[in-house]
Amino acid sequence: MKKIALALAAVAGLAATGAQAQNYPARPITMIVPFAAGGPTDVVARIVTDHMSRTLGQQIVIENVAGAGGTTGITRAAQAQPDGYTIMMGHMGTHGAAPALYPNLKYDPTKDFAAIGMAAGTPIVIVAKKDFPANDLKGFLDYMKANGEKVNMAHAGVGSVSHSTGILFNSIIKAKPTMVAYRGTGPALNDLMANTVDYMTDQIVNVAPQIQGGNIKAFAIATPERSPVLPNVPTTKEAGLGDYQVSAWNAVFAPKGTPADVVKKLNDALVKSLDDENTKKRLLELGGVLPSAEERTPDGLQKLVNSEVARWTPVLKAAGATAE
Amino acid sequence: MGDLFSNLGLGFSVAFSVQNILSAFIGCLVGTLIGVLPGVGPIATIAMLLPITFSLDPTGALIMLAGIYYGAQYGGSTTAILVNIPGEATSVVTALDGHQMARQGRAGVALGVAAIGSFFAGTVATLVIAALGKPLTGLALLFGPTEYFSLMVMGLVFAVVLARGSILKAVAMIVLGVLLSTVGLDLETGEERMTFGLAFLSDGIDFAVLAMGIFGIAEIMRNLDHTEHRDVVRQAIGSLLPTRDDFRQAYKPAIRGTLIGAMLGILPGNGAVLGPFASYTLEKKIAKDPRRFGRGAIEGVAGPESANNAGAQTSFIPLLTLGIPPNAVMALMVGAMTIHGIIPGPQVMTKNPDLFWGMIASMWIGNLMLLIINLPLVGVWVRLLKVPYRLLFPAILMFCCIGIYSINSLPTDVMFIALFGFVGYILIKFGFEPAPMLLGFVLGKLMEENLRRALILSRGSLETFIERPVSAGLLAVAAILLVIALLPSIRKGRDEVFTE
Repeated sequence: MKKIALALAAVAGLAATGAQAQNYPARPITMIVPFAAGGPTDVVARIVTDHMSRTLGQQIVIENVAGAGGTTGITRAAQAQPDGYTIMMGHMGTHGAAPALYPNLKYDPTKDFAAIGMAAGTPIVIVAKKDFPANDLKGFLDYMKANGEKVNMAHAGVGSVSHSTGILFNSIIKAKPTMVAYRGTGPALNDLMANTVDYMTDQIVNVAPQIQGGNIKAFAIATPERSPVLPNVPTTKEAGLGDYQVSAWNAVFAPKGTPADVVKKLNDALVKSLDDENTKKRLLELGGVLPSAEERTPDGLQKLVNSEVARWTPVLKAAGATAE
Repeated sequence: MGDLFSNLGLGFSVAFSVQNILSAFIGCLVGTLIGVLPGVGPIATIAMLLPITFSLDPTGALIMLAGIYYGAQYGGSTTAILVNIPGEATSVVTALDGHQMARQGRAGVALGVAAIGSFFAGTVATLVIAALGKPLTGLALLFGPTEYFSLMVMGLVFAVVLARGSILKAVAMIVLGVLLSTVGLDLETGEERMTFGLAFLSDGIDFAVLAMGIFGIAEIMRNLDHTEHRDVVRQAIGSLLPTRDDFRQAYKPAIRGTLIGAMLGILPGNGAVLGPFASYTLEKKIAKDPRRFGRGAIEGVAGPESANNAGAQTSFIPLLTLGIPPNAVMALMVGAMTIHGIIPGPQVMTKNPDLFWGMIASMWIGNLMLLIINLPLVGVWVRLLKVPYRLLFPAILMFCCIGIYSINSLPTDVMFIALFGFVGYILIKFGFEPAPMLLGFVLGKLMEENLRRALILSRGSLETFIERPVSAGLLAVAAILLVIALLPSIRKGRDEVFTE
């Protein structure tokens, strides 16, 4: 009797999921943002979901679950019901650098998710204190060769974007500065502006106002093209360091096993949102880079995740960076 | 000076539009109501209410968010006074004497003085921001890791002076607080410390969890073990508003608190938390009869509450003039601004003058709103205490659990407030004060991180703390304070004064 009941329940459950997918979404969707409200990823999530909610006809509610470099929130989202009602905003750290930084990570970025699509890329800028004795990237590299270990590099904590991108940068230019950790970008920038530390790498949205205000120097931006927000800052390629190409991308994921038609609906809504003039304008104002047509597809995003994990793991492991 | 008036004129013309006044009112009201829930401090409140500002223009949205911030801050003081649960670090000291006043049936007076002191401090701080915002910016840049460490040392010395009982017990509690603050990921190396492999401890212990357990839950347990005469419920409500005598006692501490709070608020890295502690310490030191402190002294509410609000407001200076958020709430405001298409930075003042000055003007309007909303509400809050305790305490417990869960959505946080509540109860029973421990907890993390940063930058040389003039000055003040507190003759007098 019990078995029959269980079987019936299972069938009913299946039927329910089927019906759900067709009427999806029938209730508000939760998007887990694995960082504190107000951070760059949170801002991108709120801008993009604003328009997606209208397309889907259901509100997408942002839930900020911060902790452990974003892996706490992503772990929880990965274990959620794969019914499309829990989605997440992953990023370069949680879906690229995390496997190297967190040896006990409870998810595999390449296997445990249904990719929806890229939301926005945030370029990384190489910045230095105002009094730094060099004025361009070449001068900076020469200075680093001569003064190597006297130089202090700031970052926003182990596992942060500025930390990972900074390690990559140092490994490319073969520099071994003294690393100084801060709790977040704000305090790190404060000391950079006060000439207490020498240089750092961080997302454009965090550093652009200080560059425009003349409080810090920018040597290069690590994207193929210059940013309209900082038109005077050369790309790393122009400045002679084409190897340093990096972006703190943000992308939408769902848990593995989310039905294909739900993924498609979410992807359609995301693409529509990215085509919306208002969304575009707001993302560009932040210095964000809109994803290419390929990056907007689930397949394109999956490829990116695979290549990012493959890229970050050896660099971070070589630097001995772990967060556990 | 002429500039100041024309700028403020522009600000008020923006802030006085019907829509913006309404934004300020709704922000303050909603902030107060949600802030009154135990555990839901300004950060959680702003994060929750962020989406409702999306439909507004940027100026209106920021005015509303700032209102939510002050409202939630004020709401936190309300719970500190009524149920002994400080919503955040800055209202810990308010709980000391504010809750004692409530126990003596003077909850209305405590709330009223807090509201009026906050309004006064807010008015002064608004003028400070408008007139000195730009020149004061330099102060934030003057404080590097070295100076910060010395400031925190001074803060911990305050904590010793703050304690009521024996110095030994106070120091023990401070050290315990500092130790608790070291739980979690090590900032420099990323190693886990004292987490016992438990994932939820890797980001450390949340201040709200510790404060709610050690203060709030422990308080409930203490009330339940001897309800007789101490029970707030049976007390007469007393007058709702402060009398002329109360004012006479409270106005000087409010002025001093405002100055202290306004100065510390500008510092980066959450210097504002020191404001209320410093103000309380000062009032206790210069009071004719320090015995009254911790037993419902009105100065112990007026000073810290003014310092708290002044600091809350001047902490906008680094954000508005530099675009650098000095603490977590301001970081959230940065996010809110960017969502509305305004990227905070030095250029906001010149690029969006109406937003910049409108927001400053609205700070004053927000403070006025808080006064208007809160004075009538004082009666409502006080009447809450009339609810029989057997009904009130399950409600407080429930709201504590909901509030704490809403911050990080972690079930373990709810279990932790129970654990800390039990620990807090035992500590009270053995005569240990929880306040120095919380101060040690808040300052410990800042102190350790800045110490290590300073030593990394100086390549291990301790001389850096004496070579830098600001740091040396702060350490000297700390040393003098400590000597005064420890001098045998004074200590003897102190023990007589402070031991119950």
